[in-house]
Amino acid sequence: MANHTVTAVDSDIGRLRGLISEMGGLAEDAIQKSIASLMQHDLDLARAVVAGDARIDALEADVDRLAVRIIALRAPMADDLRDVIAALKIAGVIERIGDYAKNIARRVDGMEFRGKIEPLILVPAMADIARSMVHDVLDAYAARDKELAIEVIRRDDQVDNFYDSIFRNLVAHMMENPATISSAANLLFVARNLERIGDHATNVAEMVHYAATGDYLQDRLAGQKSA
Amino acid sequence: MTTIEETALVALLDMPSLLIEADKVVFANRAATALLGAHIVGQDVRLALRQPDAMALINARDGGHAKVKGISVSGSLWDMACHVLSGGRRLVLLQDLSIQASVARAHADFVANASHELRTPLAAILGYVETLEDAKAGDDPATRARFLGIIRREAQRMQSLVEDLMSLSRIEAVKHDRPETVIDLAALVREAAGETQASITLEMKTAAPNVAVQGDRGQIAQVLRNLIDNAVKYGDPTKPVSVILEATPDTGWASVSVHDEGEGIAPEHLPRLTERFYRADASRSRAVGGTGLGLSIVKHIIERHRGFFDISSRVGEGTTASIMLPTVQG
Repeated sequence: MANHTVTAVDSDIGRLRGLISEMGGLAEDAIQKSIASLMQHDLDLARAVVAGDARIDALEADVDRLAVRIIALRAPMADDLRDVIAALKIAGVIERIGDYAKNIARRVDGMEFRGKIEPLILVPAMADIARSMVHDVLDAYAARDKELAIEVIRRDDQVDNFYDSIFRNLVAHMMENPATISSAANLLFVARNLERIGDHATNVAEMVHYAATGDYLQDRLAGQKSA
Repeated sequence: MTTIEETALVALLDMPSLLIEADKVVFANRAATALLGAHIVGQDVRLALRQPDAMALINARDGGHAKVKGISVSGSLWDMACHVLSGGRRLVLLQDLSIQASVARAHADFVANASHELRTPLAAILGYVETLEDAKAGDDPATRARFLGIIRREAQRMQSLVEDLMSLSRIEAVKHDRPETVIDLAALVREAAGETQASITLEMKTAAPNVAVQGDRGQIAQVLRNLIDNAVKYGDPTKPVSVILEATPDTGWASVSVHDEGEGIAPEHLPRLTERFYRADASRSRAVGGTGLGLSIVKHIIERHRGFFDISSRVGEGTTASIMLPTVQG
């Protein structure tokens, strides 16, 4: 199927994949900017991230419309159909990733730390890993690279470890400094959002693997564990 | 100009370059496929360049320049140029700015951190001095003694920070010229182990009593002192710190490892310990008078000596810091 002549289906699916990639680029940018706004306490940047989420939502609607049109008019089959189904699911997940970045940006205003408390230093390191997962899964999507997708899934443990470490740190910090509880609670939500971004990058990776091979990775990994 | 000629020209460019027509990548030169992957040719341009700034530039009517982050690896910085060609085709040229950007960022971070680290003790000193100037607090001998103690401690902290910053900048200034003098590493290890009050077990696994390395005596002594100080500060005070010097003539390397049986360091901190002002446990580092620069100094000195520095640790078991230096033969 890979060598069939260029048809209307190909050109539509090419556009669909382009839309997904564009959404991903915006989501990646939103994560980076939300963390930058947090670390520099830049409220203008935070507001820009919140406002920018509408663009991601609009692109998701474009993906939905185009996917429905392809299914209705072109009746895609086999790997083309998988591409369309994967695109629909991935668009939903990237939209969620955008929402998490927006949630992080929304909390910037509620945080005021004097000096650099330790959990605040851990957050950018955690964000770097979560963002690199989103970045690499989008690369994997563009290149249909199933190995890179699997590698992204493996990295999720690191984000989870960071979350545990930040959680413990923040609880200790809150007990020692009751005055900062509301700021620290906001920071805890930031870490939670980053952890969810990591999970969602994993979901995208599973869909990339599915689109590339037709196998559900969950089944495969589960099979490996029981074997 | 025809597309064939354009393609031939673009293929000759060293920088990653793409030809785009009707939102598709119609040609990518070798540098571009190496950077973005061979799959981009024939695909929607958004699959090659999805960054919002890049997209905006590609869609701009007249083309232009933009700085774009995160092409290839996340965190990289690129200068992207977009030229409009005949027939609506576009030529995109990419230039990597990551190295300049990381140097500039490291410098900015350093200045911000250093001023933050210097201001904290300074603020404490000023605060306590102001309180002492107030007759109510200043006339009470107990309060005065306590506050003066704090002021002294904070001033000493600033002093050691300034000293560490000075020695870091001195090391940086000479980091490209390797020291030429030959020193005896074994004697330095014995000396450093003897200086400290804490209990230390010293083990010399050497064939000869002397271990000749090419090095700056003062700097290597500083490295050993820093590593032993760390082990004493962060180790378990009831257990001795062990220092092992190993040198076998045939390998051409001598190593010194300093091991403590403290709480250990969590794996996520290990890669960042040599960063300036990075602290695995900030409050504890301050409590023992750490400047956050010790390991950064160690790393720079060892690099100047063409050696290696490594820290391994297990939480609950302890930490081992080791340096390796090339030995002088004969």
